[in-house]
Amino acid sequence: MAPAPTPRAASPEPAVGTSLWQDAWRRLRRNRLAVVGMVCTAVVALASFAGPPIIAAATGYTYDYIPPNQSLVRSFAPFTAPDGGFSWLHPMGTDEAGRDMLARVLLGGRISLMVGVIATLVSLVIGVAYGATAGFFGGRIDDVMMRIVDILYAIPYMMIVIVLLAFFGGQSPLSQLFLLFVALGAVSWLTMARIVRGQVLSLKEREFVLAARAAGTPAGRIIWRHLIPNALGPVIVYATLTVPNVMLQEAFLSFLGLGVQAPYTSWGSLAADGIRTIAIFPWQLLFPGVTMAITLFSLNFLGDGLRDALDPQMRKA
Amino acid sequence: MSDHGAPLLAVRGLSTEFRTDEGTVRAVNGVSLELPRGRTLGIVGESGSGKSVTSLSVMRLIPDPPGRIVGGQIEFDGRDLLALADEEMRRVRGRRIAMIFQDPMTSLNPFMRVADQLTEVTRLHLGHSAPQALAHAIEMLEMVGIPEARARIRSYPHEFSGGMRQRVMIAGALSCQPELLIADEPTTALDVTTQAQILDLIRRLQRETGTSVILITHDLGVVAGMADEVAVMYAGMVFERTSAAGLFARPGNPYTRGLLRSVPAPSTTHEKLFQIPGTPPDMTALPAGCPFAPRCDRAAEVCRHETPPFTALGDGHHSLCHFAAEVHQEAWP
Repeated sequence: MAPAPTPRAASPEPAVGTSLWQDAWRRLRRNRLAVVGMVCTAVVALASFAGPPIIAAATGYTYDYIPPNQSLVRSFAPFTAPDGGFSWLHPMGTDEAGRDMLARVLLGGRISLMVGVIATLVSLVIGVAYGATAGFFGGRIDDVMMRIVDILYAIPYMMIVIVLLAFFGGQSPLSQLFLLFVALGAVSWLTMARIVRGQVLSLKEREFVLAARAAGTPAGRIIWRHLIPNALGPVIVYATLTVPNVMLQEAFLSFLGLGVQAPYTSWGSLAADGIRTIAIFPWQLLFPGVTMAITLFSLNFLGDGLRDALDPQMRKA
Repeated sequence: MSDHGAPLLAVRGLSTEFRTDEGTVRAVNGVSLELPRGRTLGIVGESGSGKSVTSLSVMRLIPDPPGRIVGGQIEFDGRDLLALADEEMRRVRGRRIAMIFQDPMTSLNPFMRVADQLTEVTRLHLGHSAPQALAHAIEMLEMVGIPEARARIRSYPHEFSGGMRQRVMIAGALSCQPELLIADEPTTALDVTTQAQILDLIRRLQRETGTSVILITHDLGVVAGMADEVAVMYAGMVFERTSAAGLFARPGNPYTRGLLRSVPAPSTTHEKLFQIPGTPPDMTALPAGCPFAPRCDRAAEVCRHETPPFTALGDGHHSLCHFAAEVHQEAWP
C-alpha cells in the first residue's frame, strides 16, 4: 500500500482545510485495483530506472554488452549457464548476441515509459493551453481553433507519424528517439484540447468565474487559477490513459521498424526481435511482452481508479 | 431625488440585447436609474424582468456573444463606464464597484482556499504583499462575523455553510472598500433566518463604510427593510421609481399595485392570494404599446397602441403608465 500523505487523512472527520484533492486521494486509496495498478506501475518504473545500473554493477552486463567470448554469443534460456546448468546470471536469458535480456527489458521499459510520459506531457501542455484558450474566449476564436483541431483529426495520424519518422528519422538512434517523442506528442494533444475546451466551456458559466470577473481578475489569471484547476480532474484521468495508449503506439511503430533503433531498445522493438525467433527462443518475446502487458494493465486500472475518485458526481462542491 | 450633490451612479437609457435563435431579446429596454452616494437602491421585479441584466450591464459583464449593450450611458462618479477601455473597466471592477451573487454555493472556487480567494482581490487592486493581504482578509472575515477567522481562512469553500459562504463573498466584495456594492439576490438561496442575518450584515457594513448599494431582489419585504429608493422593473423597463416609503405608501403604477397585493399578509392567511393574471410577455416579441397591458386590469385602448410616458408624480416619484396620475390618486391600500 502507498503511504498516506498525512496522518489526518485517515481520520473519519477531516480537519479544516481538506481540499477536494485530498478527498479524491482518499477515495483512490480505497479502490483496491487502482492501488495494485499504482504499485505495479511504480515498481516497473523504479526497476526500469534503477535496475540497469544495478545489473551492470552485479554482473557486468549492460543492455548493449556483447560478450567478447564467442561461445557466449548465442541465446541462453532463462536461468541457464553456458554449460546447461542453473545460473542466476541471466534470469530472463539472453538474446542471440548474448546480451542480457533482463537488462534489455528494463532499458526497453525505461524508453517505453519515457515515450509514454513525455508524449503525454507534450499533449498535456499543448492540449490544455489550446483547449482552455479556445473555450475561454469562445466565439470566433473558438470556431477557428476547433476547426483546426477537426481538420487535424481527419488526417490519419499514424500516417503523419510514419511519414515524419521515415523522412526525418534515421540520422542517429538518439535523434530518432527524440523525433518519436515529438511525433507522438504532436498527435495526441487533439483529444486533450477537446476535453479541456469542453470543461472550460461549462466551467466558465459557473458563478465563481463570474464572481472572479466581477472582482476585476484578468483573463489569464482566471484561466490559470480558476478554470484549469477545476478542469484538472478529467485531464488527469485522460492523461493517465494516454500514457499506455502512446506506449502501445510506440510499440507498434517500433515493431514496424520505425521507432526506437539499436543500440537503444523498447518493448516494441524487443518484441519485434523476439517474434522472428519465437519458435526457438520464446523467452525473447515472452518477457518484454508480459512486462509490457502488466504495465499497460496497471496504468489502465490506475486511470479507471482516478476517474472514479475524481468523478464529478461524487464532488461535494 | 438627491440631496448629496451629483449621484454616484446615473444610468440613462440603457438598452441591452441578446441575439438568440428565436430572435433578439431586448432584456433591458431604455432603463434609467439614479443612485445617490451612501444610499441603497432596490431593484424589484419578476424573473426575467431585466434586473440582473441591468446590474451585469453596469459591470459590463454581459456575455458577448450573444449579449450586447446597444445604447445608453452608465455614468459612475462622473465617468461613462461604457466609454472605458476594457483594461480600465477591469480596474473598476472589484476595486470601485463590487458584486455579490445569488448562490453562495457556486460563487466560490471549490479548489481554492478561502484565503487565496480573498487575498486575490486586494493583491490585484491594492498591491498588497502576501502577508498584508492575508492580515487584511482575516480582518474582513472578522468584520463579517466569521468566528475563528484566523483558522477558518485556511478552509475550502465546501467546509462552510451557505450563510457563511455568503459572508465570505461579502468580505471579498468589500475588501477594497468599493464605492458601490451590487447585490444580486444575495439572500434568495438562503433560509429565512440566515437571510435576516445577511441583510443585517449588509445594512451594518453599509452604515460603517458608507458604501452605496444596489440591491436586486424579487422580495418586496427585503426592499421595505433595506432600500432608500426603489425601481420596479417589468419587461426590461423601469415601471416605477420612487422612495421606498413612497412606494409602499401610495404606488403609482398598476403593476406595482398588483405586486404589492400579491404579497401574503400575515393577517389574511385564509384568504385566497391575489395573483396578477397571465404571464410575463415573450421578450422576443413584445407587444406594441405598454408591455403590461395584456395583464392590466385597467388597460384601455391607448395602452395597446402607444408606449406609456414616464410620468412625474412629484417628489421624485415617476411611473410608466398612461394613467399614472389617476392610479396615484386612487385609495391605497
